[in-house]
Amino acid sequence: MSHATITPKSASSLHGARLPRWFPWAAAAASVALGFGISALAGLHSDIQWALIAAVLFLIGSYAVASAVEGKRQAKDRTATSLVWVAFLLAVIPLASLIWETVKQGVKVLDGYFLTHSMGVVADAEPGGGIYHALLGTLEQVGIAALISVPLGILTAIYLVEYGRGRLAQAVTFFVDVMTGIPSIVAGLFILSLWIIMLDMGYSGFAGSLALSILMIPIVVRSTEEMLKLVPNELREASLALGIPKWRTILKVVLPTSVGGIVNGVMLAIARITGETAPVLLLVWGTATINANPFDGPQASLPMYIYLQYNNGSEPAYDRAWAAALTLIAFIMVLNLAARGIARWKAPKTGR
Amino acid sequence: MAKRIDISGLNAYYGSFLAIEDISMTVEPRSVTAFIGPSGCGKSTFLRTLNRMHEVTPGGRVEGKVMLDDEDLYGAGVDPVSVRREIGMVFQRPNPFPTMSVYDNVAAGLRLNGKYKKSELDDVVEKSLRGANLWNEVKDRLNKPGSGLSGGQQQRLCIARAIAVQPKVLLMDEPCSALDPISTLAIEDLIGELKEQFTIVIVTHNMQQAARVSDRTAFFNLAAVGQPGRLIEIDDTERIFSNPSVQATEDYISGRFG
Repeated sequence: MSHATITPKSASSLHGARLPRWFPWAAAAASVALGFGISALAGLHSDIQWALIAAVLFLIGSYAVASAVEGKRQAKDRTATSLVWVAFLLAVIPLASLIWETVKQGVKVLDGYFLTHSMGVVADAEPGGGIYHALLGTLEQVGIAALISVPLGILTAIYLVEYGRGRLAQAVTFFVDVMTGIPSIVAGLFILSLWIIMLDMGYSGFAGSLALSILMIPIVVRSTEEMLKLVPNELREASLALGIPKWRTILKVVLPTSVGGIVNGVMLAIARITGETAPVLLLVWGTATINANPFDGPQASLPMYIYLQYNNGSEPAYDRAWAAALTLIAFIMVLNLAARGIARWKAPKTGR
Repeated sequence: MAKRIDISGLNAYYGSFLAIEDISMTVEPRSVTAFIGPSGCGKSTFLRTLNRMHEVTPGGRVEGKVMLDDEDLYGAGVDPVSVRREIGMVFQRPNPFPTMSVYDNVAAGLRLNGKYKKSELDDVVEKSLRGANLWNEVKDRLNKPGSGLSGGQQQRLCIARAIAVQPKVLLMDEPCSALDPISTLAIEDLIGELKEQFTIVIVTHNMQQAARVSDRTAFFNLAAVGQPGRLIEIDDTERIFSNPSVQATEDYISGRFG
């Protein structure tokens, strides 16, 4: 009788002592209180110190209590859960405080006037002025960069996934990987030496767009490649077996199936290059007045505007830098939301 | 409409690996030919050589002759795309296009191959769905996504999609292996109807199914793992299942294999 040899510890082997549901919250509250107490007694002043003490107390405390009441396995489980929560909070707190600080400082001068006027007639140390020239420059430079990079990137990804075999494809993949790691200042210097020094073109928004394209293409290629790889091979075979040529299969079956993810990747790439400062500083040069022509003469852009205003160092300039930063974050957030919306709208339908 | 397929001396490779060796057989028009045999013996590979889908796999290569009536599918200048319009295929797992509605799935073959008038398309879609015994179940939801149908319905949708382009031959690669017995029965009935118009080749692991639906049965086997698969014999289904001429066939069918 095999089961007779095992003596159950309690009346039922399925039931064990369980801590109440509110235990993690109580433990968290207690460790925060303790963390406060300890740092007050020890005379520590930094917020980070008491929070770290509380986090460590929480981890150790919940492990000790749980292993005493529930047993080792459950205690380990709780520790793993707590670690995940602590890591999550550590990651979110800086993000939330960054957004909070930017909003708090940014709303001071952010209004309709700020968005529709340039710095043309305002000295940097005086209040007033706005970001219209920088906003316009950013939109034009990023728009042109996207116009160059999106077709190139998507077509490269299609080549790599659908056609690429052998050495050429390997080489392309390798160079795309290398390009992903190019620092933005290097991309800027490359275009500076090629476009402005060798070809003797002037500073312009377009030169900035070229450098931004170098940064954007590998991101588009990578994300599109991943999306195309997700399309099941069975769909391609189903389409080919209907006597549909390969290019039409790609155009009508593969791309529509993955379009949501591709658009998402493109939007994220745009968001990524919108914040680039270095190549813009080198190539677009910067101006305080409105220049709507990206192909001729210096333009402004938001990241550079923020940098220049910060450099000025006066109180009104700081306010403008914060407001411009808030505008930049809002712009990128809108792009991300649009990407999510499009991804959801275009996702393959499964409803009955 | 339906056409005869004559295969002679066919070898198929994956890279340098010879998957099937020296296969010669005739597939009769307006009949169902079943391929049976153990896993890995090259039935599916052989099926895919018949509409030039084998070469879609990286490294896939074919030697030998496949005559569709009097045209060699592997002759010089033959366009694989036109071959696949003549010889349609249904796969093991139902694979409707996820971005398309039921209607668009059936119309896909025609629409992606050229311009058609809306009324013509409507006719073809209805005819194909009726042909696949699916019309009554989906006529009210033609504009709903095809992936919302049940597994059996999806497979019949794939059959409708394949017959919409009016092929001469229909290849089926274990079309019922992912389906329940009732959907399987629906598809087997459908195969019985479709053979009036098409030449049908079906790969199956289910010997009862081969016995039920096919007129002729081909038995494939391989000497050992890593060896190429070969055609052991092909004969009328009745003879294969009652009195096969090769001992290995009888062993396989009666379950005494290996």
